[in-house]
Amino acid sequence: MTEHNAVRRATPHIYLWIAILILLFPILLVFIASTHTSAEILSAPMPLTPGTHMAENYTRAVLEGNKNLGASALMMMKNSLIMALGIAFGKIIVSLLASYAIVFFNFKLRNFCFWAIFITLMLPVEVRIMPTYKVISDLGLLNSYAGLILPMIVSATAVFLFRQFFMQIPREIAEASQIDGASPMQFFWRILLPMTRTPIAAMFVIQFIYGWNQYLWPLLITTKQEYYTILIGINRMLSGADVQIEWQIVMATTLLAMIPPALVVVLMQKQFVAGMTDREK
Amino acid sequence: MAQQYEFKAKYLPYLLVLPQMLIVFVFFFWPSFQGVWQSFFLQDPFGGRVIFVGLENYTRLFTDPASSYGESFRVSVAFAVCVAALSMIIALFLATQANKKIKFSSFYKTMMIWPYAVATMVAGVLWLFMFNPNVGVIAWFLKHRLGIEWQHLLNSGQAFLLVTMAASWKQISYNFVFFLAGLQSVPVDLVEAAAIDGAGPTRRFWKIIFPLLSPTTFYLLVMNLVYGFFETFPIIHQVTAGGPGKSTSILVYKVWRDGVINLDLGGSSAQSVILMIMVIGLTVVQFRFIERRVHY
Repeated sequence: MTEHNAVRRATPHIYLWIAILILLFPILLVFIASTHTSAEILSAPMPLTPGTHMAENYTRAVLEGNKNLGASALMMMKNSLIMALGIAFGKIIVSLLASYAIVFFNFKLRNFCFWAIFITLMLPVEVRIMPTYKVISDLGLLNSYAGLILPMIVSATAVFLFRQFFMQIPREIAEASQIDGASPMQFFWRILLPMTRTPIAAMFVIQFIYGWNQYLWPLLITTKQEYYTILIGINRMLSGADVQIEWQIVMATTLLAMIPPALVVVLMQKQFVAGMTDREK
Repeated sequence: MAQQYEFKAKYLPYLLVLPQMLIVFVFFFWPSFQGVWQSFFLQDPFGGRVIFVGLENYTRLFTDPASSYGESFRVSVAFAVCVAALSMIIALFLATQANKKIKFSSFYKTMMIWPYAVATMVAGVLWLFMFNPNVGVIAWFLKHRLGIEWQHLLNSGQAFLLVTMAASWKQISYNFVFFLAGLQSVPVDLVEAAAIDGAGPTRRFWKIIFPLLSPTTFYLLVMNLVYGFFETFPIIHQVTAGGPGKSTSILVYKVWRDGVINLDLGGSSAQSVILMIMVIGLTVVQFRFIERRVHY
Protein backbone atom coordinates (compact mmCIF):
# COMPACT_ATOMS: atom_id res chain seq x y z
CA MET A 1 0.00 0.00 0.00
CA THR A 2 1.57 3.25 1.09
CA GLU A 3 4.32 2.48 3.61
CA HIS A 4 7.43 0.66 2.54
CA ASN A 5 10.20 0.53 5.06
CA ALA A 6 11.13 -2.57 7.00
CA VAL A 7 10.37 -1.28 10.50
CA ARG A 8 6.87 -0.28 9.48
CA ARG A 9 6.36 -3.70 7.99
CA ALA A 10 7.53 -5.48 11.13
CA THR A 11 5.42 -3.59 13.66
CA PRO A 12 2.05 -5.29 12.99
CA HIS A 13 3.75 -8.66 13.46
CA ILE A 14 5.21 -7.55 16.78
CA TYR A 15 1.89 -6.26 18.10
CA LEU A 16 0.02 -9.35 16.95
CA TRP A 17 2.56 -11.66 18.52
CA ILE A 18 2.32 -9.81 21.83
CA ALA A 19 -1.45 -10.25 21.67
CA ILE A 20 -1.14 -13.93 20.83
CA LEU A 21 1.20 -14.43 23.79
CA ILE A 22 -1.25 -12.69 26.12
CA LEU A 23 -4.10 -14.80 24.79
CA LEU A 24 -2.07 -18.02 25.00
CA PHE A 25 -0.14 -17.52 28.23
CA PRO A 26 -2.96 -18.50 30.63
CA ILE A 27 -3.65 -21.62 28.60
CA LEU A 28 0.01 -22.55 28.46
CA LEU A 29 0.10 -22.29 32.26
CA VAL A 30 -2.91 -24.57 32.53
CA PHE A 31 -1.18 -27.11 30.34
CA ILE A 32 2.05 -26.94 32.35
CA ALA A 33 0.19 -27.28 35.64
CA SER A 34 -1.65 -30.31 34.31
CA THR A 35 1.67 -32.14 33.87
CA HIS A 36 2.94 -31.71 37.43
CA THR A 37 2.10 -33.15 40.82
CA SER A 38 0.07 -31.21 43.33
CA ALA A 39 3.18 -30.64 45.48
CA GLU A 40 5.13 -29.15 42.57
CA ILE A 41 2.33 -26.67 41.83
CA LEU A 42 2.02 -25.68 45.47
CA SER A 43 5.78 -25.05 45.86
CA ALA A 44 5.70 -21.44 44.71
CA PRO A 45 6.74 -20.45 42.19
CA MET A 46 5.29 -23.21 40.11
CA PRO A 47 7.69 -24.62 37.48
CA LEU A 48 7.29 -23.02 34.05
CA THR A 49 8.27 -26.06 32.03
CA PRO A 50 6.16 -29.18 31.50
CA GLY A 51 6.57 -31.92 34.07
CA THR A 52 6.43 -35.69 33.79
CA HIS A 53 3.04 -36.51 35.24
CA MET A 54 0.88 -35.71 32.26
CA ALA A 55 -0.33 -39.22 31.48
CA GLU A 56 -1.07 -39.95 35.13
CA ASN A 57 -3.00 -36.69 35.71
CA TYR A 58 -5.10 -36.96 32.58
CA THR A 59 -5.89 -40.62 33.18
CA ARG A 60 -7.11 -39.76 36.65
CA ALA A 61 -9.07 -36.71 35.51
CA VAL A 62 -10.77 -38.59 32.68
CA LEU A 63 -11.52 -41.84 34.47
CA GLU A 64 -12.18 -40.92 38.10
CA GLY A 65 -11.97 -37.16 38.60
CA ASN A 66 -11.04 -35.18 41.64
CA LYS A 67 -11.29 -36.83 45.05
CA ASN A 68 -14.73 -36.39 46.62
CA LEU A 69 -16.21 -35.08 43.36
CA GLY A 70 -17.83 -38.34 42.30
CA ALA A 71 -17.79 -37.45 38.62
CA SER A 72 -15.15 -38.23 36.01
CA ALA A 73 -14.23 -35.83 33.21
CA LEU A 74 -15.41 -38.45 30.73
CA MET A 75 -18.90 -38.48 32.19
CA MET A 76 -19.06 -34.71 32.51
CA MET A 77 -17.81 -34.22 28.95
CA LYS A 78 -20.57 -36.58 27.84
CA ASN A 79 -23.13 -34.42 29.66
CA SER A 80 -21.71 -31.22 28.18
CA LEU A 81 -21.75 -32.80 24.74
CA ILE A 82 -25.37 -33.92 25.09
CA MET A 83 -26.32 -30.45 26.27
CA ALA A 84 -24.40 -28.64 23.51
CA LEU A 85 -25.65 -30.90 20.72
CA GLY A 86 -29.18 -30.88 22.12
CA ILE A 87 -29.24 -27.09 22.19
CA ALA A 88 -27.62 -26.72 18.75
CA PHE A 89 -29.81 -29.26 16.95
CA GLY A 90 -32.94 -28.46 18.94
CA LYS A 91 -32.67 -24.78 18.21
CA ILE A 92 -31.84 -25.28 14.55
CA ILE A 93 -34.73 -27.68 13.90
CA VAL A 94 -37.35 -25.70 15.81
CA SER A 95 -36.21 -22.41 14.26
CA LEU A 96 -36.06 -23.76 10.72
CA LEU A 97 -39.66 -24.92 10.92
CA ALA A 98 -40.87 -21.68 12.48
CA SER A 99 -39.06 -19.43 10.01
CA TYR A 100 -40.30 -21.56 7.11
CA ALA A 101 -43.89 -21.03 8.26
CA ILE A 102 -43.40 -17.31 8.86
CA VAL A 103 -41.74 -16.57 5.54
CA PHE A 104 -43.46 -18.95 3.11
CA PHE A 105 -47.01 -19.21 4.44
CA ASN A 106 -49.81 -16.76 4.80
CA PHE A 107 -51.75 -17.48 7.98
CA LYS A 108 -53.76 -15.50 10.45
CA LEU A 109 -51.48 -15.59 13.48
CA ARG A 110 -48.32 -14.97 11.47
CA ASN A 111 -47.64 -11.52 12.87
CA PHE A 112 -48.47 -12.59 16.37
CA CYS A 113 -46.08 -15.55 16.14
CA PHE A 114 -43.34 -13.38 14.74
CA TRP A 115 -43.55 -10.85 17.55
CA ALA A 116 -43.91 -13.49 20.26
CA ILE A 117 -40.65 -15.01 19.05
CA PHE A 118 -39.01 -11.67 18.44
CA ILE A 119 -39.53 -10.42 21.98
CA THR A 120 -37.49 -13.32 23.41
CA LEU A 121 -34.42 -11.69 21.89
CA MET A 122 -34.67 -9.06 24.55
CA LEU A 123 -34.39 -11.12 27.69
CA PRO A 124 -31.38 -13.34 28.33
CA VAL A 125 -31.90 -16.32 30.63
CA GLU A 126 -29.75 -14.61 33.24
CA VAL A 127 -32.49 -12.15 34.13
CA ARG A 128 -35.26 -14.69 34.65
CA ILE A 129 -33.40 -17.54 36.30
CA MET A 130 -35.50 -17.98 39.43
CA PRO A 131 -38.93 -18.16 37.72
CA THR A 132 -37.53 -20.43 34.99
CA TYR A 133 -36.11 -22.62 37.71
CA LYS A 134 -39.56 -22.85 39.23
CA VAL A 135 -41.15 -23.83 35.92
CA ILE A 136 -38.56 -26.56 35.38
CA SER A 137 -39.05 -27.78 38.92
CA ASP A 138 -42.86 -27.82 38.49
CA LEU A 139 -42.43 -29.86 35.33
CA GLY A 140 -40.20 -32.31 37.23
CA LEU A 141 -37.25 -31.62 34.96
CA LEU A 142 -34.56 -30.83 37.56
CA ASN A 143 -31.52 -33.06 37.03
CA SER A 144 -32.47 -34.11 33.53
CA TYR A 145 -31.15 -33.49 30.04
CA ALA A 146 -34.49 -32.04 28.96
CA GLY A 147 -34.27 -29.53 31.80
CA LEU A 148 -30.73 -28.59 30.75
CA ILE A 149 -31.62 -28.19 27.09
CA LEU A 150 -35.18 -26.93 26.61
CA PRO A 151 -35.02 -23.49 28.29
CA MET A 152 -31.84 -22.73 26.31
CA ILE A 153 -33.61 -23.24 22.98
CA VAL A 154 -35.90 -20.28 23.52
CA SER A 155 -33.97 -17.36 22.05
CA ALA A 156 -34.87 -16.05 18.64
CA THR A 157 -31.41 -15.57 17.15
CA ALA A 158 -31.70 -18.63 14.91
CA VAL A 159 -35.21 -17.71 13.74
CA PHE A 160 -33.81 -14.36 12.69
CA LEU A 161 -30.90 -15.72 10.76
CA PHE A 162 -33.04 -18.26 8.89
CA ARG A 163 -35.85 -15.82 8.26
CA GLN A 164 -33.39 -13.33 6.80
CA PHE A 165 -31.97 -16.03 4.57
CA PHE A 166 -35.35 -17.38 3.45
CA MET A 167 -36.52 -13.91 2.48
CA GLN A 168 -33.70 -13.63 -0.05
CA ILE A 169 -34.72 -16.79 -1.86
CA PRO A 170 -36.65 -16.03 -5.08
CA ARG A 171 -40.26 -17.11 -4.66
CA GLU A 172 -40.43 -18.37 -8.22
CA ILE A 173 -38.65 -21.47 -6.93
CA ALA A 174 -41.47 -22.15 -4.48
CA GLU A 175 -44.09 -21.44 -7.09
CA ALA A 176 -42.40 -23.69 -9.64
CA SER A 177 -42.22 -26.55 -7.15
CA GLN A 178 -45.97 -26.20 -6.57
CA ILE A 179 -46.71 -26.25 -10.28
CA ASP A 180 -44.60 -29.40 -10.57
CA GLY A 181 -46.82 -30.96 -7.95
CA ALA A 182 -44.49 -30.95 -4.93
CA SER A 183 -46.11 -30.48 -1.52
CA PRO A 184 -44.85 -27.67 0.73
CA MET A 185 -43.02 -30.21 2.89
CA GLN A 186 -41.37 -31.77 -0.16
CA PHE A 187 -40.24 -28.29 -1.15
CA PHE A 188 -38.86 -27.81 2.36
CA TRP A 189 -36.91 -31.05 2.42
CA ARG A 190 -35.70 -31.33 -1.15
CA ILE A 191 -35.10 -27.71 -2.13
CA LEU A 192 -35.03 -25.33 0.81
CA LEU A 193 -32.93 -27.34 3.27
CA PRO A 194 -30.08 -28.06 0.81
CA MET A 195 -29.98 -24.34 -0.02
CA THR A 196 -29.73 -23.43 3.66
CA ARG A 197 -26.61 -25.50 4.40
CA THR A 198 -24.31 -22.52 5.08
CA PRO A 199 -26.53 -20.66 7.58
CA ILE A 200 -27.25 -23.96 9.31
CA ALA A 201 -23.52 -24.62 9.69
CA ALA A 202 -22.95 -21.11 11.05
CA MET A 203 -25.77 -21.51 13.52
CA PHE A 204 -24.42 -24.88 14.59
CA VAL A 205 -21.03 -23.42 15.52
CA ILE A 206 -22.52 -20.54 17.47
CA GLN A 207 -25.09 -22.66 19.29
CA PHE A 208 -22.71 -25.51 20.04
CA ILE A 209 -20.33 -23.10 21.77
CA TYR A 210 -23.22 -21.36 23.51
CA GLY A 211 -24.47 -24.72 24.77
CA TRP A 212 -21.11 -26.12 25.80
CA ASN A 213 -20.26 -22.94 27.70
CA GLN A 214 -23.53 -22.64 29.64
CA TYR A 215 -22.83 -22.20 33.32
CA LEU A 216 -25.51 -20.44 35.34
CA TRP A 217 -28.34 -22.70 34.21
CA PRO A 218 -26.65 -26.08 34.89
CA LEU A 219 -25.37 -24.62 38.18
CA LEU A 220 -28.99 -24.09 39.22
CA ILE A 221 -30.63 -27.29 38.11
CA THR A 222 -27.98 -30.00 38.47
CA THR A 223 -27.54 -31.20 42.01
CA LYS A 224 -26.74 -34.81 41.14
CA GLN A 225 -23.24 -35.70 39.96
CA GLU A 226 -24.60 -37.75 37.05
CA TYR A 227 -25.79 -34.52 35.42
CA TYR A 228 -22.80 -32.28 36.13
CA THR A 229 -21.50 -30.61 33.02
CA ILE A 230 -17.76 -30.22 32.83
CA LEU A 231 -17.85 -26.54 33.84
CA ILE A 232 -19.93 -27.32 36.91
CA GLY A 233 -17.45 -30.07 37.75
CA ILE A 234 -14.56 -27.61 37.60
CA ASN A 235 -16.43 -25.21 39.86
CA ARG A 236 -17.10 -27.97 42.39
CA MET A 237 -13.44 -29.04 42.36
CA LEU A 238 -12.38 -25.47 43.15
CA SER A 239 -14.88 -24.85 45.91
CA GLY A 240 -12.80 -26.33 48.74
CA ALA A 241 -10.03 -24.60 50.65
CA ASP A 242 -6.95 -23.66 48.63
CA VAL A 243 -4.64 -26.29 50.07
CA GLN A 244 -7.08 -29.09 49.38
CA ILE A 245 -7.53 -28.25 45.72
CA GLU A 246 -5.91 -30.80 43.44
CA TRP A 247 -4.72 -28.21 40.95
CA GLN A 248 -3.20 -30.74 38.57
CA ILE A 249 -6.55 -32.51 38.11
CA VAL A 250 -8.48 -29.25 37.90
CA MET A 251 -6.12 -27.95 35.24
CA ALA A 252 -6.24 -31.16 33.21
CA THR A 253 -10.05 -31.01 33.31
CA THR A 254 -10.03 -27.31 32.37
CA LEU A 255 -7.88 -28.02 29.33
CA LEU A 256 -10.17 -30.86 28.29
CA ALA A 257 -13.18 -28.55 28.68
CA MET A 258 -11.64 -26.07 26.22
CA ILE A 259 -10.88 -28.53 23.45
CA PRO A 260 -14.31 -29.33 21.89
CA PRO A 261 -15.53 -25.74 21.40
CA ALA A 262 -12.07 -24.57 20.24
CA LEU A 263 -11.99 -27.38 17.68
CA VAL A 264 -15.40 -26.42 16.38
CA VAL A 265 -14.35 -22.78 15.98
CA VAL A 266 -11.06 -23.54 14.27
CA LEU A 267 -12.49 -26.17 11.92
CA MET A 268 -15.52 -24.11 10.97
CA GLN A 269 -13.97 -20.65 11.23
CA LYS A 270 -15.29 -19.39 7.90
CA GLN A 271 -18.93 -20.30 8.50
CA PHE A 272 -18.65 -19.10 12.06
CA VAL A 273 -17.35 -15.62 11.19
CA ALA A 274 -19.88 -15.23 8.39
CA GLY A 275 -22.72 -16.36 10.64
CA MET A 276 -21.77 -14.03 13.45
CA THR A 277 -21.25 -10.88 11.45
CA ASP A 278 -24.26 -11.49 9.16
CA ARG A 279 -26.66 -11.68 12.01
CA GLU A 280 -27.14 -7.96 12.36
CA LYS A 281 -27.28 -7.06 8.70
CA MET B 1 -43.34 -4.65 -1.94
CA ALA B 2 -44.73 -6.76 -4.77
CA GLN B 3 -47.08 -9.55 -3.80
CA GLN B 4 -44.91 -12.60 -3.30
CA TYR B 5 -45.89 -16.16 -3.89
CA GLU B 6 -47.04 -17.88 -0.71
CA PHE B 7 -48.15 -21.40 0.02
CA LYS B 8 -51.77 -21.90 0.88
CA ALA B 9 -52.36 -24.47 3.57
CA LYS B 10 -54.77 -24.35 6.42
CA TYR B 11 -53.10 -26.24 9.25
CA LEU B 12 -49.53 -26.82 8.12
CA PRO B 13 -48.13 -23.39 9.12
CA TYR B 14 -49.56 -23.78 12.61
CA LEU B 15 -48.02 -27.20 12.90
CA LEU B 16 -44.67 -25.76 11.81
CA VAL B 17 -44.57 -22.93 14.34
CA LEU B 18 -46.03 -25.07 17.11
CA PRO B 19 -42.73 -26.37 18.62
CA GLN B 20 -41.20 -22.90 18.70
CA MET B 21 -44.33 -21.36 20.17
CA LEU B 22 -44.61 -24.06 22.83
CA ILE B 23 -41.05 -23.48 23.95
CA VAL B 24 -41.48 -19.72 23.88
CA PHE B 25 -44.61 -19.87 25.99
CA VAL B 26 -43.53 -22.50 28.49
CA PHE B 27 -39.96 -21.30 29.00
CA PHE B 28 -40.26 -17.61 28.27
CA PHE B 29 -43.67 -16.05 28.79
CA TRP B 30 -44.76 -18.22 31.67
CA PRO B 31 -41.57 -17.66 33.74
CA SER B 32 -41.37 -13.98 32.81
CA PHE B 33 -44.95 -13.51 33.94
CA GLN B 34 -44.29 -15.47 37.13
CA GLY B 35 -41.25 -13.33 37.80
CA VAL B 36 -43.29 -10.15 37.62
CA TRP B 37 -46.05 -11.75 39.72
CA GLN B 38 -43.66 -12.97 42.42
CA SER B 39 -42.08 -9.56 42.70
CA PHE B 40 -45.28 -8.33 44.39
CA PHE B 41 -45.22 -11.03 47.08
CA LEU B 42 -43.21 -11.89 50.11
CA GLN B 43 -42.59 -15.59 50.30
CA ASP B 44 -41.82 -17.63 53.36
CA PRO B 45 -38.93 -19.82 52.16
CA PHE B 46 -39.80 -22.71 54.49
CA GLY B 47 -43.57 -22.92 54.24
CA GLY B 48 -45.81 -22.13 51.36
CA ARG B 49 -47.05 -18.89 52.90
CA VAL B 50 -47.24 -16.00 50.48
CA ILE B 51 -48.16 -12.43 51.40
CA PHE B 52 -49.07 -9.75 48.92
CA VAL B 53 -46.86 -6.75 49.59
CA GLY B 54 -47.41 -4.57 46.55
CA LEU B 55 -44.32 -2.64 45.59
CA GLU B 56 -42.54 -3.26 48.87
CA ASN B 57 -39.96 -5.54 47.29
CA TYR B 58 -39.01 -2.70 44.99
CA THR B 59 -38.98 0.08 47.56
CA ARG B 60 -36.95 -2.12 49.87
CA LEU B 61 -34.25 -2.35 47.20
CA PHE B 62 -33.91 1.38 46.98
CA THR B 63 -34.43 2.41 50.59
CA ASP B 64 -33.08 -0.44 52.72
CA PRO B 65 -29.32 0.09 53.08
CA ALA B 66 -28.90 -3.62 53.90
CA SER B 67 -29.98 -4.57 50.39
CA SER B 68 -27.00 -2.58 48.98
CA TYR B 69 -28.74 -2.39 45.64
CA GLY B 70 -27.34 1.03 44.80
CA GLU B 71 -23.82 -0.18 45.41
CA SER B 72 -24.40 -3.25 43.27
CA PHE B 73 -25.72 -1.00 40.53
CA ARG B 74 -22.66 1.24 40.63
CA VAL B 75 -20.32 -1.76 40.57
CA SER B 76 -22.17 -3.20 37.56
CA VAL B 77 -21.97 0.01 35.58
CA ALA B 78 -18.30 0.53 36.37
CA PHE B 79 -17.53 -3.09 35.53
CA ALA B 80 -19.50 -3.15 32.27
CA VAL B 81 -18.02 0.16 31.08
CA CYS B 82 -14.45 -0.90 31.93
CA VAL B 83 -14.83 -4.26 30.21
CA ALA B 84 -16.43 -2.73 27.12
CA ALA B 85 -13.80 0.00 26.82
CA LEU B 86 -10.80 -2.24 27.47
CA SER B 87 -11.79 -5.11 25.21
CA MET B 88 -13.04 -2.89 22.39
CA ILE B 89 -9.95 -0.68 22.30
CA ILE B 90 -7.60 -3.66 22.28
CA ALA B 91 -9.69 -5.50 19.68
CA LEU B 92 -9.89 -2.49 17.38
CA PHE B 93 -6.15 -1.99 17.59
CA LEU B 94 -5.45 -5.64 16.82
CA ALA B 95 -8.00 -5.72 14.00
CA THR B 96 -6.33 -2.76 12.29
CA GLN B 97 -3.00 -4.59 12.55
CA ALA B 98 -4.40 -7.86 11.22
CA ASN B 99 -6.16 -6.07 8.40
CA LYS B 100 -2.88 -4.84 6.94
CA LYS B 101 -1.49 -6.63 3.95
CA ILE B 102 0.99 -8.72 5.88
CA LYS B 103 2.29 -12.26 5.70
CA PHE B 104 0.57 -14.96 7.78
CA SER B 105 -2.49 -12.78 8.23
CA SER B 106 -4.84 -15.77 8.15
CA PHE B 107 -2.73 -17.44 10.85
CA TYR B 108 -3.03 -14.32 13.01
CA LYS B 109 -6.77 -14.18 12.46
CA THR B 110 -7.23 -17.78 13.58
CA MET B 111 -5.10 -17.14 16.65
CA MET B 112 -7.22 -14.12 17.55
CA ILE B 113 -10.56 -15.76 16.92
CA TRP B 114 -10.33 -19.11 18.66
CA PRO B 115 -10.47 -17.76 22.26
CA TYR B 116 -14.12 -17.00 21.46
CA ALA B 117 -14.61 -20.69 22.17
CA VAL B 118 -13.32 -20.36 25.74
CA ALA B 119 -16.21 -20.38 28.21
CA THR B 120 -16.63 -17.28 30.34
CA MET B 121 -16.34 -19.55 33.35
CA VAL B 122 -13.07 -21.04 32.07
CA ALA B 123 -11.69 -17.52 31.49
CA GLY B 124 -12.39 -16.95 35.18
CA VAL B 125 -10.52 -20.11 36.14
CA LEU B 126 -7.53 -19.19 33.94
CA TRP B 127 -7.13 -15.79 35.55
CA LEU B 128 -7.83 -17.15 39.00
CA PHE B 129 -5.03 -19.64 38.54
CA MET B 130 -2.53 -16.95 37.50
CA PHE B 131 -3.46 -14.65 40.37
CA ASN B 132 -4.15 -17.15 43.13
CA PRO B 133 -2.11 -15.88 46.11
CA ASN B 134 -0.85 -19.40 46.91
CA VAL B 135 -0.11 -20.95 43.53
CA GLY B 136 -0.50 -18.15 40.97
CA VAL B 137 2.56 -17.42 38.86
CA ILE B 138 1.71 -13.76 38.41
CA ALA B 139 0.77 -13.30 42.06
CA TRP B 140 4.16 -14.76 42.96
CA PHE B 141 5.93 -12.50 40.48
CA LEU B 142 4.12 -9.40 41.77
CA LYS B 143 5.03 -10.24 45.34
CA HIS B 144 8.64 -11.32 44.99
CA ARG B 145 9.77 -9.12 42.10
CA LEU B 146 7.64 -6.00 42.40
CA GLY B 147 6.78 -6.07 46.08
CA ILE B 148 3.02 -6.00 45.46
CA GLU B 149 1.00 -8.22 47.74
CA TRP B 150 -1.81 -9.73 45.58
CA GLN B 151 -4.80 -10.69 47.72
CA HIS B 152 -7.92 -10.32 45.61
CA LEU B 153 -10.03 -11.98 48.30
CA LEU B 154 -9.12 -9.19 50.72
CA ASN B 155 -8.41 -6.21 48.51
CA SER B 156 -11.49 -4.94 46.69
CA GLY B 157 -9.56 -2.89 44.14
CA GLN B 158 -7.55 -5.95 43.14
CA ALA B 159 -10.70 -8.06 42.99
CA PHE B 160 -12.33 -5.58 40.63
CA LEU B 161 -9.19 -5.41 38.49
CA LEU B 162 -8.96 -9.19 38.27
CA VAL B 163 -12.57 -9.80 37.16
CA THR B 164 -12.28 -6.89 34.70
CA MET B 165 -9.15 -8.35 33.13
CA ALA B 166 -10.63 -11.84 32.92
CA ALA B 167 -13.89 -10.61 31.38
CA SER B 168 -12.09 -8.36 28.87
CA TRP B 169 -9.60 -11.06 27.89
CA LYS B 170 -12.49 -13.33 26.99
CA GLN B 171 -14.32 -10.64 24.99
CA ILE B 172 -11.43 -9.52 22.75
CA SER B 173 -12.05 -12.25 20.16
CA TYR B 174 -15.70 -11.39 19.74
CA ASN B 175 -14.93 -7.71 19.18
CA PHE B 176 -12.02 -8.60 16.92
CA VAL B 177 -14.27 -10.60 14.57
CA PHE B 178 -16.67 -7.68 14.16
CA PHE B 179 -14.03 -4.97 13.85
CA LEU B 180 -12.14 -7.00 11.28
CA ALA B 181 -15.31 -7.53 9.23
CA GLY B 182 -16.00 -3.79 9.52
CA LEU B 183 -12.48 -2.87 8.43
CA GLN B 184 -12.64 -5.21 5.47
CA SER B 185 -15.68 -3.39 4.18
CA VAL B 186 -13.91 0.00 4.23
CA PRO B 187 -13.23 0.85 0.56
CA VAL B 188 -9.50 0.63 -0.11
CA ASP B 189 -9.54 3.35 -2.79
CA LEU B 190 -10.96 5.85 -0.31
CA VAL B 191 -8.05 5.24 2.05
CA GLU B 192 -5.53 5.35 -0.78
CA ALA B 193 -6.97 8.58 -2.12
CA ALA B 194 -6.51 10.14 1.31
CA ALA B 195 -2.93 8.85 1.36
CA ILE B 196 -2.23 10.45 -2.01
CA ASP B 197 -3.69 13.69 -0.69
CA GLY B 198 -1.06 13.55 2.01
CA ALA B 199 -2.94 12.24 5.05
CA GLY B 200 -0.68 10.20 7.34
CA PRO B 201 -1.73 6.81 8.78
CA THR B 202 -3.05 8.26 12.05
CA ARG B 203 -5.06 10.93 10.29
CA ARG B 204 -6.42 8.40 7.77
CA PHE B 205 -7.56 6.20 10.61
CA TRP B 206 -9.38 8.86 12.62
CA LYS B 207 -10.77 10.88 9.72
CA ILE B 208 -11.86 8.10 7.38
CA ILE B 209 -11.71 4.58 8.79
CA PHE B 210 -13.03 5.23 12.28
CA PRO B 211 -16.15 7.16 11.17
CA LEU B 212 -16.92 4.41 8.65
CA LEU B 213 -16.68 1.88 11.47
CA SER B 214 -19.19 3.69 13.66
CA PRO B 215 -22.11 1.27 13.03
CA THR B 216 -19.88 -1.65 14.09
CA THR B 217 -18.60 0.30 17.07
CA PHE B 218 -22.08 1.17 18.22
CA TYR B 219 -23.36 -2.37 17.82
CA LEU B 220 -20.37 -3.70 19.75
CA LEU B 221 -20.79 -1.13 22.49
CA VAL B 222 -24.33 -2.33 23.16
CA MET B 223 -23.32 -5.99 22.95
CA ASN B 224 -20.35 -5.45 25.28
CA LEU B 225 -22.45 -3.63 27.84
CA VAL B 226 -24.97 -6.49 27.73
CA TYR B 227 -22.08 -8.91 28.15
CA GLY B 228 -20.65 -6.94 31.06
CA PHE B 229 -23.99 -6.66 32.80
CA PHE B 230 -25.49 -10.07 32.22
CA GLU B 231 -23.09 -12.66 30.88
CA THR B 232 -20.19 -12.24 33.27
CA PHE B 233 -21.91 -14.06 36.12
CA PRO B 234 -19.59 -17.11 35.77
CA ILE B 235 -16.46 -14.98 36.29
CA ILE B 236 -17.86 -13.26 39.38
CA HIS B 237 -19.19 -16.51 40.79
CA GLN B 238 -15.93 -18.36 40.23
CA VAL B 239 -13.29 -15.73 40.95
CA THR B 240 -14.54 -13.48 43.75
CA ALA B 241 -18.04 -14.66 44.75
CA GLY B 242 -19.02 -10.99 44.74
CA GLY B 243 -16.43 -10.11 47.34
CA PRO B 244 -14.55 -8.96 49.20
CA GLY B 245 -17.55 -7.49 50.95
CA LYS B 246 -19.82 -6.61 48.06
CA SER B 247 -17.18 -4.93 45.94
CA THR B 248 -17.70 -7.13 42.86
CA SER B 249 -21.32 -8.11 43.43
CA ILE B 250 -22.81 -7.17 40.05
CA LEU B 251 -26.60 -7.11 39.57
CA VAL B 252 -26.96 -10.55 38.01
CA TYR B 253 -24.84 -12.05 40.75
CA LYS B 254 -27.03 -10.37 43.34
CA VAL B 255 -30.20 -11.76 41.73
CA TRP B 256 -28.73 -15.22 41.99
CA ARG B 257 -27.40 -14.75 45.51
CA ASP B 258 -30.61 -13.26 46.94
CA GLY B 259 -32.73 -15.89 45.21
CA VAL B 260 -30.68 -19.08 45.60
CA ILE B 261 -28.58 -18.48 48.71
CA ASN B 262 -30.70 -16.03 50.73
CA LEU B 263 -34.02 -17.49 49.49
CA ASP B 264 -35.56 -14.05 49.15
CA LEU B 265 -37.73 -14.88 46.13
CA GLY B 266 -39.72 -11.65 46.15
CA GLY B 267 -36.63 -9.46 46.31
CA SER B 268 -34.84 -11.53 43.71
CA SER B 269 -37.84 -11.35 41.38
CA ALA B 270 -38.10 -7.59 41.80
CA GLN B 271 -34.44 -7.33 40.79
CA SER B 272 -35.10 -9.56 37.79
CA VAL B 273 -37.91 -7.27 36.68
CA ILE B 274 -35.62 -4.25 36.91
CA LEU B 275 -33.02 -6.09 34.87
CA MET B 276 -35.64 -7.02 32.27
CA ILE B 277 -36.56 -3.36 31.91
CA MET B 278 -32.89 -2.49 31.49
CA VAL B 279 -32.33 -5.07 28.75
CA ILE B 280 -35.47 -4.01 26.95
CA GLY B 281 -34.18 -0.43 27.10
CA LEU B 282 -30.82 -1.43 25.64
CA THR B 283 -32.49 -3.49 22.90
CA VAL B 284 -34.80 -0.65 21.95
CA VAL B 285 -31.84 1.73 21.69
CA GLN B 286 -30.10 -0.75 19.45
CA PHE B 287 -33.16 -1.34 17.30
CA ARG B 288 -33.88 2.30 16.77
CA PHE B 289 -30.39 2.42 15.44
CA ILE B 290 -30.54 -0.53 13.06
CA GLU B 291 -34.24 -0.44 12.20
CA ARG B 292 -33.48 0.94 8.76
CA ARG B 293 -31.90 -2.40 8.00
CA VAL B 294 -34.62 -4.51 9.58
CA HIS B 295 -37.67 -4.96 7.46
CA TYR B 296 -40.49 -7.37 7.71
